[in-house]
Amino acid sequence: MAYTPRQWRRYTTRTILYVALIVMTLVFLLPIYLVVVTSLKNPAEINLATAWSLPSTPYWQSFQEVLVAFGPRLRNSVALVIGATVLSSIFGSINGYVLSKWRIPGEKILFPLMLFGMFIPYQAILIPLFDFMRGIGLYGGLPGLILIHVVYGLPITTLIFRNFYVDIPDEMLEAAAIDGADFFGIYTNVVFPLSIPGFVVVIIWQFTQIWNEFLFGVTMTSNDAQPITVGLAQLAGGQAVSWNLPMAGAIIAALPPLLVYIVLGRYFIRGLLAGSVKG
Amino acid sequence: MIAFLMLLPSLALLGLFVYGFIMQAIGTSMSDWGTSGAPPPLMMNVTKSFVGFDNYRQIMTDLLEYNFRNSLVNTFFFTLFFVAGCLAIGLFLALLLDQNIKGEGFFRTVFLFPMALSFVVTGTIWRWMLQPGGGINTLPTAIGLPPITFGWINSRDVALGFDWSDVPRLLTVFGVAVLCILALRFALSGRRRAILVVGGIAAVLVLLLVGGFWSNFWLPLENDLAEKSFAPKGFNLALIGVVIAAVWQMSGYTMAMFIAGIRGVSEELREASRVDGCNEIQMYRYIILPQLSPIFLSAMIILGHISLKIFDLVFAMAGPDNAQTVVPGLLVYTEGFRENAFAKASAIAVIMLFAVALIIIPYLWSQFREASKVER
Repeated sequence: MAYTPRQWRRYTTRTILYVALIVMTLVFLLPIYLVVVTSLKNPAEINLATAWSLPSTPYWQSFQEVLVAFGPRLRNSVALVIGATVLSSIFGSINGYVLSKWRIPGEKILFPLMLFGMFIPYQAILIPLFDFMRGIGLYGGLPGLILIHVVYGLPITTLIFRNFYVDIPDEMLEAAAIDGADFFGIYTNVVFPLSIPGFVVVIIWQFTQIWNEFLFGVTMTSNDAQPITVGLAQLAGGQAVSWNLPMAGAIIAALPPLLVYIVLGRYFIRGLLAGSVKG
Repeated sequence: MIAFLMLLPSLALLGLFVYGFIMQAIGTSMSDWGTSGAPPPLMMNVTKSFVGFDNYRQIMTDLLEYNFRNSLVNTFFFTLFFVAGCLAIGLFLALLLDQNIKGEGFFRTVFLFPMALSFVVTGTIWRWMLQPGGGINTLPTAIGLPPITFGWINSRDVALGFDWSDVPRLLTVFGVAVLCILALRFALSGRRRAILVVGGIAAVLVLLLVGGFWSNFWLPLENDLAEKSFAPKGFNLALIGVVIAAVWQMSGYTMAMFIAGIRGVSEELREASRVDGCNEIQMYRYIILPQLSPIFLSAMIILGHISLKIFDLVFAMAGPDNAQTVVPGLLVYTEGFRENAFAKASAIAVIMLFAVALIIIPYLWSQFREASKVER
């Protein structure tokens, strides 16, 4: 009652602002509600008309069934992600160190040529890749899939580490060099100890990307080496699906990267924004 | 020296896995590997013969390959609506969050979390959300309204229809229109040379069209009438569902880019504009938005190249064999890895690569030119 017109205007704009934000939040979270509700329903209880209602009693069995249906795929994904993430971040760190702190003949051309590899549609190399993996006897298995993810992960890991190392002052390296440190000495004594945040960003990024990847998973593996995304696509792909299973499967497949995102979101966003280059 | 040796393994691997394989894919696309009548494709040491551009001609004209043409049309419309949707919603969210919001971190986390999900997860979720008789369509009944009956991912309707043979003409008109807008902007800022360049490009485009240049590439369809009746070209409404899911997943990404950009506008500049008597809206319109234009461009390129490659989302939402929502990425998979038609799949893949390279190479080039300018 005692508001001045100016306060009134401010009050209404703030209200509109928060209402808009809350509406958008609901829109973004709506699918999550439906997924959780559906995954907790007894299959007999699921029908289209009542899709939004809560389950009468939570039915946890779907999760057990999904874990059985996924079988070795969950373990495959874990092994794949650990192997490929560790290897590609080590390589990326060394590449980034070389490209940011050492003179390399033709680096102005080599680095963009490396980066181009992260933008190509992987469909373009899929058939030669298939042929090559078959030729060296790594087609269909987990080691082959790890190799593929390491190689195609090199551009982004190199980019993130390079941009990270550019900020380390050259004087620190020169001081170590004067003390007699060589290429590896400088890396282990100066660069690597400062790399922890860089490694966190790269590991998180590679972890989520490789965990979520589907194209290589579905084309380069035989049945027993498939990752979890392929398992989920199969679970949801059939015609007469009972929807509790795909929804429980989606939750299990989404949980690891989602947890990482919620706990370490700041680093995730840095990886995300690094993808838009800035050479 | 040691430094170069340490880089060498990565260079060699990428050289083979990227450039070597691209060369090989181009070679395969001009061979008969996996074409019916040729030797069985999965034989070791299979013999492949050179057939020139036959595979390309086939996918561009052969009646049976209408799926490929439709996948190009789908990619065009998908890219258009997906990029526009992400930019609009991303900018809207970024502007909302720039107002000293309480709990800003929470809102940002909510808008960005879909980015952490796999496209397969998103596709599975939204396939259930967009079931014709359930999900979103039944939401209005909660407040007593009649349900929606739209078939988000299974509609068979086509809007904005056009003729395949008209595409060079339409693209020329579109290109000339864009150039005219550019010319107008240059005219307003009095840049004569730029107007001449733009006008020259427009004239060349028109001349190429009138001179029949494109008919060398845009070959007439084998059976125009039949294709019109069962595979009409236009915006397949079934794509709307895929666009919604993709925008839900990716608009947080544009939001993050815009927030980073807005935060880059210095507080002094904002303060100065307030002192000069700008109100909040004017400040955004004249101070902040112009500073965001490089981010608009980056976001358009990153999102655009994602949508040219889109595969897993459509696979999980509509299945790999849905003619209404087919995209080139899916065709490489179905033709190459199910039918073993390696040559045809390679031709499609090479066209995809070409489209992506067309926007990514200038982008990388400009990024590095900018960077070396800063160093100097």
